[in-house]
Amino acid sequence: MSRKMYINGMASIAAQTEEDLFAENLQSFSENIFPATSVNYKEYIKPMMLRRMSKTIKMGLVTAKRALNEAGVDVPDSIIVGTGEGCKQDTEKFLENILDENESFLTPTAFIQSTHNTVGGQIALDLKCTGYNMTYTQNSASFESALIDAKLQFTEEMGTRCVLVGGVDEIARISTPFYNLDGQLKAGEINTAKILQSSSEGTITSEGAAFFLLSEIRTQDSFAEISDCMIYRNISEEKLQEEISWFLKKNDLKIDELDVVILGNNGDTRYDHYYQQLQEDLFKNTLQLGYKNWVGDYNTVTAYACWLGAEILKRKEIPQQLKLNNLPLKQPTSILVYNQYLGKNHSLTLLRSL
Amino acid sequence: MSRSVAVTGMGIFSAIGKNLEENHRSLIHGKHGLSYPEILETVHQNLPIGEIKSTNSDLADALNLDKNHAFTRAALLGTIALKEALQNAKIEDFINIGFVNGNSVGGMDMTERFYREYESNPANRRFIQAQHPGFTTEQIAGYFGIDNYVTTISTACSSAANAVMLGARLIQSGRLDQVIVGGTDCLSRFTLNGFNSLMIYSEDFPKPFDSERKGLNLGEAAAYLVLESADFAKNKEVLGYVSGYGNANDAFHQTASSENGEGAYLAMQKALETANLNPHHIDYINAHGTATQNNDLSESRALIRIFKEMPAFSSTKSFTGHTLAAAGAIEAVFSLLAIKHQQIYPNLNFNSAISDTRLRPVTELKSTKIQHVLSNSFGFGGNCTSLIFSKDE
Amino acid sequence: MTDLHTELKASIIEQLNLEDMEVSDIENDEPLFGDGLGLDSIDALELIVLLEKDYGIKLTDPKKGREIFESINKMADFIEANRTK
Repeated sequence: MSRKMYINGMASIAAQTEEDLFAENLQSFSENIFPATSVNYKEYIKPMMLRRMSKTIKMGLVTAKRALNEAGVDVPDSIIVGTGEGCKQDTEKFLENILDENESFLTPTAFIQSTHNTVGGQIALDLKCTGYNMTYTQNSASFESALIDAKLQFTEEMGTRCVLVGGVDEIARISTPFYNLDGQLKAGEINTAKILQSSSEGTITSEGAAFFLLSEIRTQDSFAEISDCMIYRNISEEKLQEEISWFLKKNDLKIDELDVVILGNNGDTRYDHYYQQLQEDLFKNTLQLGYKNWVGDYNTVTAYACWLGAEILKRKEIPQQLKLNNLPLKQPTSILVYNQYLGKNHSLTLLRSL
Repeated sequence: MSRSVAVTGMGIFSAIGKNLEENHRSLIHGKHGLSYPEILETVHQNLPIGEIKSTNSDLADALNLDKNHAFTRAALLGTIALKEALQNAKIEDFINIGFVNGNSVGGMDMTERFYREYESNPANRRFIQAQHPGFTTEQIAGYFGIDNYVTTISTACSSAANAVMLGARLIQSGRLDQVIVGGTDCLSRFTLNGFNSLMIYSEDFPKPFDSERKGLNLGEAAAYLVLESADFAKNKEVLGYVSGYGNANDAFHQTASSENGEGAYLAMQKALETANLNPHHIDYINAHGTATQNNDLSESRALIRIFKEMPAFSSTKSFTGHTLAAAGAIEAVFSLLAIKHQQIYPNLNFNSAISDTRLRPVTELKSTKIQHVLSNSFGFGGNCTSLIFSKDE
Repeated sequence: MTDLHTELKASIIEQLNLEDMEVSDIENDEPLFGDGLGLDSIDALELIVLLEKDYGIKLTDPKKGREIFESINKMADFIEANRTK
């Protein structure tokens, strides 16, 4: 019997601030790679620890601490992280060192930091948390893999009360621009705000982190509930529609009872058809929101999408600039997040209000 | 344990053999796979490694891949090992089978080769995406058409052990009835130089648990288990059960283990709890035993804390080298072979015990009754995992 | 204070990413590890590489590092006695 997963604390860092999001003041960029907003990391992390940390670790650790703080939890029972590319900058640094110095005079710090589970490990170290600690790196289903693990924990009898779950990815100086060479990123003049209307291949990318403290204990400050999550490595459009209906039914929802769907359209004409098909058919009477034109597309951007969904459910407010269709909506109670990247690693996550 | 998790098939490719039979033969004849770099292009010609003496072309040919394939070396090894596991378990239908792959090096073997060429030469740009572990998993899943639940765990040296644990939990929860679990990692300049820069790489062959041990030696390998629920395993040969598992974090240091092996201790304790077993039920421990000063001492202390009477134990890394993310999987296979053949494989290169602990591993092949095996895998970031495999009675 | 002392301090600040520090912030006899500057075992490995790269001294036993890296003075003395660059 599955116990419920309440979001009792959460935090995110992305290319847009929370203030700008709900004040209809979202920023547009003219680059196809743009960074997350800056944070004063020194407020949260001691300088001797901070000096070694890549942005991935800094963003991950800060959002994790903020989420825990909000939930009033010192040490969670488990820490589960999704990251598609880990500490990319450190990986680049160590690799360049090897290539430049022909495998001599190599310093270990960048190597140590480059394993994908460094974020999870650093969070555990900072909190002195000896509980279950896992890291998933399944491209654009990394965060959802972490969520599914969290959900499993809530069905098991191991006395789990609360789980810290999050997703984080960073931009790297040389290796992210490589995506201009293999068709992942959009060429030519860029205006990120209008990217979803583009008629060419490729998308835009950024970085960010979003962490959640999920608990089986509901408090008066609980944001929302994460009801369920599914991933599919590869699926046809037809089968996807069937799966979505089945997924909602499994969670006692009919399609016309779903209030909002958050879609991962990213302006890549090769793959946005997965979303467009749903927009024209299954979800034609559902309020549709798009966000990647504001925060870019990266492996764990759906962690941001879940944060967004939970914020909407808590505030009972929809950021107008995210609307993809013009349906009115009074008080959202259920939100489905659907995503895929390059036609693979499709995911469905359902959030509900309390 | 409520729903049992049966192992119905396994496959392996390591420096001591390209399938189960070859690996088993090497284990019983004490024939290790450590040698010097021939395929890996590195300046460190003096560092022993557990290298699989097949080039990527050989491996790609064995799989009948297209010339323009984007398979990383880890994906090539993984696909071959997975083929054996699926044949073994007689799996033909992949509609509802899940796949959990442990991988940490990803496609770094390709990245380090082409990194400086990508800008000027379009020839190998299909490997840009291959850098990260998820891509290797996708290549392997795509080869077999495994389309539904597919994920990658990347927790350094405990990755594949964590994959086994997750697979068992997915079956017990009823979420899936069949899951392929395991891992793959290949040698690369990145990891060879990485461990060397930490000054824990040995210029000699590995001496796990020995007082004169000088460090680890890397290896490469891939191995997978097919796990099935009781219903699905009904008419199949059961090689053993995943009867216990535990994961804990040392929370002590980024790469070194705590002095009293707290993370290891907690992981082993959890594994025994979930298996509903007491320490005296364990007949053999396949230790993590990397032969570093730090791990072997720390692991020994954790073992002493758990086991009043030390069961027989050995580190098979003395045969294969440390295969990073794949370690938990190849050692799961060795644990199940130990159960199948009722034998314990030796800890090679052992002479004298660590003075602090005086623990002596098994040093010769031993035939003995084996019901339960404990297998340890501890990774960077304090990630500690223990698995228990039990005989089908 | 010799040039070597200053050189070492500057290298340490750069190599170990001690972003907010100046050469004048590090005392010659201040403990570098533990309670003084607060360096750890990973920093010790970095300093071993520094010894080899900049001064041609190859240290094969990482444990010897703790004695040599006790303070800037100790480091400078060791380097003067053993440098090949």
